[in-house]
Amino acid sequence: MPADNLVDIDSVNFGYGRRPVLKGVTMRVPKGSVVAIMGGSGCGKTTLLRLIGGQLKPSAGSVTIAGEAVHKLDADGLYALRRKMSMLFQFGALFTDLSVFENVAFPLREHTSLPERQIRDLVLLKLEAVGLRGAHHLMPSEMSGGMARRVALARALVLDPMLVLYDEPFAGLDPISLAVVGQLVRKLNDALGATSIVVSHDVVECLQIVDYVYFMAEGRIVAQGTPDEMRRTEDPLVRQFIHGETHGPVPFHVPTRGYAEDVGLGRLLGGSGD
Amino acid sequence: MIDRMKGQFAQLGHGFIDGLWRVGSMTRFFVLVLSASGTSFQRMRLVRREIYFVGVLSFVIIAVSGLFVGMVLGLQGYETLQRYGATESIGMLVALSLVRELGPVVAALLFASRAGSAITAEIGLMKATEQLTAMDMMAVSPMARVVAPRFWAGVISMPLLAAIFSAMGVFGGYLVGVVLIGVDAGAFWAQMQAAVDVRYDVLNGVIKSIVFGIAVCVIATFEGFDAPPTAEGVSGATTRTVVSSALTILALDLVLTAFMLRAGD
Repeated sequence: MPADNLVDIDSVNFGYGRRPVLKGVTMRVPKGSVVAIMGGSGCGKTTLLRLIGGQLKPSAGSVTIAGEAVHKLDADGLYALRRKMSMLFQFGALFTDLSVFENVAFPLREHTSLPERQIRDLVLLKLEAVGLRGAHHLMPSEMSGGMARRVALARALVLDPMLVLYDEPFAGLDPISLAVVGQLVRKLNDALGATSIVVSHDVVECLQIVDYVYFMAEGRIVAQGTPDEMRRTEDPLVRQFIHGETHGPVPFHVPTRGYAEDVGLGRLLGGSGD
Repeated sequence: MIDRMKGQFAQLGHGFIDGLWRVGSMTRFFVLVLSASGTSFQRMRLVRREIYFVGVLSFVIIAVSGLFVGMVLGLQGYETLQRYGATESIGMLVALSLVRELGPVVAALLFASRAGSAITAEIGLMKATEQLTAMDMMAVSPMARVVAPRFWAGVISMPLLAAIFSAMGVFGGYLVGVVLIGVDAGAFWAQMQAAVDVRYDVLNGVIKSIVFGIAVCVIATFEGFDAPPTAEGVSGATTRTVVSSALTILALDLVLTAFMLRAGD
């Protein structure tokens, strides 16, 4: 593995039961970069993120983070690795029985024995970075989706991880919150010297903040490049996705038998019937 | 016809294998909870917090139910004992029924519906909202941080709640027998004191309630942890907790009573 790659995914196959989800995925994430994995719903991008986080194991191929083969680690090894990485979940996954302050303090309390004063300083520092120092006393149920996502971001970054995984960080946010979260992902990545992998289907925001994009469709990487290359590409699939076109290689309809046939008009129209 | 019978037979077999599989998973889960318990005892703060939720908040329902059950026992007992002219034995009857059987069993049934269902729903919802996965990704074991403290809080609370149930029941029996009907107070307490044995009655009742506590807490935490992460999944798991706990408590009570009576002979 080249020294400048933090994450190295090599010919990974994975399936749920007999249904293959990932087919020969190869991907490199250089240190310090923000890389996006994009693609339509169900193309396997969240599954790929779970493989990187060690929640799932590939049926073939390898996932390596900082030289360690994630799929070969035992439970203790995996936990040791996870202390150096963090994950932002689609809806934040804040602990609903803890306040904003305690949510952000959670990793510190679990993994360090810092005195209360320092925990308080660190938590307020991270909350200040996401603009929510004034909301530290609130409960997660008292916050909007955008605020909850920012709290989750502060919690994900509180231990200064080397790798941050974002699972749909922009889903369901209003345009302002979306831009705020997007900018935070980029700025905090650079400020902390971390490396980020963003799984998203929010084209506009993603192309603005990332260094490199991998496009996935049906479990394969179908295109990759810098955001500029992606904008200029002639690849019909990427073009359809970036410009949100309804017609193109990605069908709108789930494959099935003919509509006329399905509503019982097959015979009337002279079709083959059932 | 034969096809349908075949289908039903296959369904029966499928149900049996499924049930067996669940019992196996639950046993494995129990072992995992025990192995993750060390951390809980190092951080008693977590267990204390859960004792408040499952134990202290169950206090009112347990105490009031105990009082009513004791009063009913007093009334029914007096009605029957009167025929034999043995109304002074009412204290003994109330105390023995409560300490040996009703205390542990009814308190456990109430505990399963009040606290067991809450534990299942809470863990199930934490799973559905990815809180457990988030914890796991932070290298914090949900078994040690979420499941084990709730399990031990329940196991510790159960015998105490059963004791409160029995004590309130005896007081209810006293209210009806002595205060309302007018049985001699001295006879009431003296007969009770003479008949209730610490080893065979009280201790056996405590053992029962600890066993029921373990059973209810394993079922409640397992069902929550195993719940499909949907609204129906969590509601189904909560129902299963109450139903399985009730059946398990009653079945275990039969087994334990049989062993205890034999040992007492």
